[in-house]
Amino acid sequence: MYAFDEFDERLVRERVAQFASQVERRLSGALTEDEFKPLRLKNGLYLQLHAYMLRIAIPYGALNGRKLRMLAHIADVYDRGYGHFTTRQNLQFNWPKLKDVPAILSLLADVEMHCIQTSGNCIRNVTSDHFAGVAHDEIEDPRPIAELLRQWSSLHPEFDWLGRKFKIAVTGAAQDRAVLKAHDVGVRIVRDPASQKIGYCILAGGGLGRTPMEGKVLRDFLPREKLLSYLEAVLRVFNLEGRRDNKYKARIKILVHELGIDAFRARVEEEFAAIDSPRHDVDPREFARIAAHFAPPAHESLPAVSRRLEEAVAKDEALSRFVEHNLTRHKQRGYAALTISLKPIGLPPGDLTSRQMRAIADLAEKYSFDEARVAHTQNIVLPHVRLDDVADIFAILRAEGLGEANAGLITDIISCPGLDYCALATARSIPVAQALALHFADPAKQKEIGPLSIKISGCINACGHHHIGNIGILGLEKKDAESYQITIGGDPGDSYALGELLGPGLPAEMVPEAVDRIVAVYLAQRQSGETFIETYRRLGLAPFKSAFKEIADVVA
Amino acid sequence: MAAPKRPNLPAILVASDLLEGEVVFAAEQGWTRDLRQALVASDELAAQALERFGATEFLHAKVVDPYLVAVETGADGAPRPRHYREVLRALGPSVRPDLGKQADFQI
Ligand code: HEM
Ligand code: SF4
Repeated sequence: MYAFDEFDERLVRERVAQFASQVERRLSGALTEDEFKPLRLKNGLYLQLHAYMLRIAIPYGALNGRKLRMLAHIADVYDRGYGHFTTRQNLQFNWPKLKDVPAILSLLADVEMHCIQTSGNCIRNVTSDHFAGVAHDEIEDPRPIAELLRQWSSLHPEFDWLGRKFKIAVTGAAQDRAVLKAHDVGVRIVRDPASQKIGYCILAGGGLGRTPMEGKVLRDFLPREKLLSYLEAVLRVFNLEGRRDNKYKARIKILVHELGIDAFRARVEEEFAAIDSPRHDVDPREFARIAAHFAPPAHESLPAVSRRLEEAVAKDEALSRFVEHNLTRHKQRGYAALTISLKPIGLPPGDLTSRQMRAIADLAEKYSFDEARVAHTQNIVLPHVRLDDVADIFAILRAEGLGEANAGLITDIISCPGLDYCALATARSIPVAQALALHFADPAKQKEIGPLSIKISGCINACGHHHIGNIGILGLEKKDAESYQITIGGDPGDSYALGELLGPGLPAEMVPEAVDRIVAVYLAQRQSGETFIETYRRLGLAPFKSAFKEIADVVA
Repeated sequence: MAAPKRPNLPAILVASDLLEGEVVFAAEQGWTRDLRQALVASDELAAQALERFGATEFLHAKVVDPYLVAVETGADGAPRPRHYREVLRALGPSVRPDLGKQADFQI
């Protein structure tokens, strides 16, 4: 885990003091709301439907016991005993009071956390593969460059007031688990086939929201030392040429789309050539210093198979399901990455109570070299678990209500907070997720259906990634009532695709039945070994659309 | 503060308390957190008075984002917002009946 140096520490402390003074001036009336709002947003503080909401950055999802315990403490003392993990590896508290926020920020600083750049038109929290450093398909651990980018983008003077928010994701693995193509910039660690050197493939122009776009390759291969000078050039072109007249058109995706990727690339290369590279390039010693923080922990040398786990699995069906769905192969023999599902059937996706935070803190410390990760799927990963310990961990998780064996299955639903919390929402999304999870709760049914992602957003902003769900659900308002549009065929990964609309919106009560019909088409027509999305790609939209129409006609 | 277009009457004035962030309603005297105590404006004059109150309180850094919300009055005489968004706002998250005003005031 990266540890703050004095520079980081000073920067965060100064920010806390600044914000405390800004809050004081706001409360005295010296600052108007119009003056104060951008300042609070710069510190992750929103005003939502019921209360303020504080968004805390968890850079590339990295947590440890100390951080989790502090989050639990803040939840208990200043909030309502829980927090919500988001698709951008952030944590949101839904009930803080403005007068308490400086105190909260100060506590966060004690554990090297902050809310800087979790909102506003700046470079946001850098996200990454939640299996970084442990994935067996990894070329290189992406966390050192994620951290490098965090430092580079933190209070970068030139990019502090961009036309619009800017989101960067990085991965070092063969499989894209970080949704690179939905980001303003995606960085993929690659090996040059000719020289065998490691460098980066840079994507640009992705995004969701009201104009979803797929990120396109800007550079196939960028030499390692050029990462910062090249991104400096990308951001400069965006900053200078991106639109500022209309906030819906101010994202880099619109610039890339309007210019075309080739013209955009030419502009970036021109800027890149003119940049004073040595000043911006990565100093190899500094990079080595950062990378050292992510050295693998002292794994034991273990057999590939755990007799202990096998025996326990044979006796316990629930454990067996958990092992099947929630363990991911680890680089190191005898270890696994363990996914703790924050989708217990029937509860709000991504919510975690303070008690559960503490339980996970204990587990991380005891069983995972004091590491835990937040995944964009709104789950938590214990990255370094001995197979021998899985049964013990599972027993604790189960006692804490966290033993759901549904990672990657139809009830592992991503959902934004929707109208239950969010001031921008047009409809609720959590209750739809709850109803769907209850509808498909039967473990045998879930296993039969296999990998299938449902993603739900409560408005067109797409915080719940609905466009790229195998089944996507978008809550809208229709004739003074909540209405849900369903899309199908979205994919967040390497076969990135935006879903296709099935038909008119449905009332919430009809959504489980509609999803049931869609799934039934898959179950009836799949060929052996085919996942839902593969069957969809083979069959196309038509059979799903006609099954959906039967439901939609009932409503019409 | 650009107020959304004037809703149908009767209406109440809703805002967020600056210090706490909590949703508050203009009442006979000042603000209340309890929807049932909200002052209902049934005519244009009363609605304008509510809006003026909201604007002053905003200027004095008491509340943020005051706006009128159309309500109907139930058999008990208590106002209830017409739009589902404002119902949620007045009560609390529908997925957490243990939180928000619905819990505090048992409504
Ligand atoms: C509750 C307060 C929130 C507000 C006010 C908010 C606001 C927005 C807005 C306005 C957009 C559209 C940006 C655009 O199209 O340019 C957006 C996109 C997005 N938000 Fe949120 N959001 C909130 C919560 C969340 C949560 C809870 C998550 C994670 C679950 C999230 C993750 C995202 C993602 C992934 C996108 C789409 C990616 C992109 O194109 O930027 N946001 N959000
Ligand atoms: S998608 Fe819309 S409703 Fe959901 S969190 Fe984002 S802004 Fe709010």
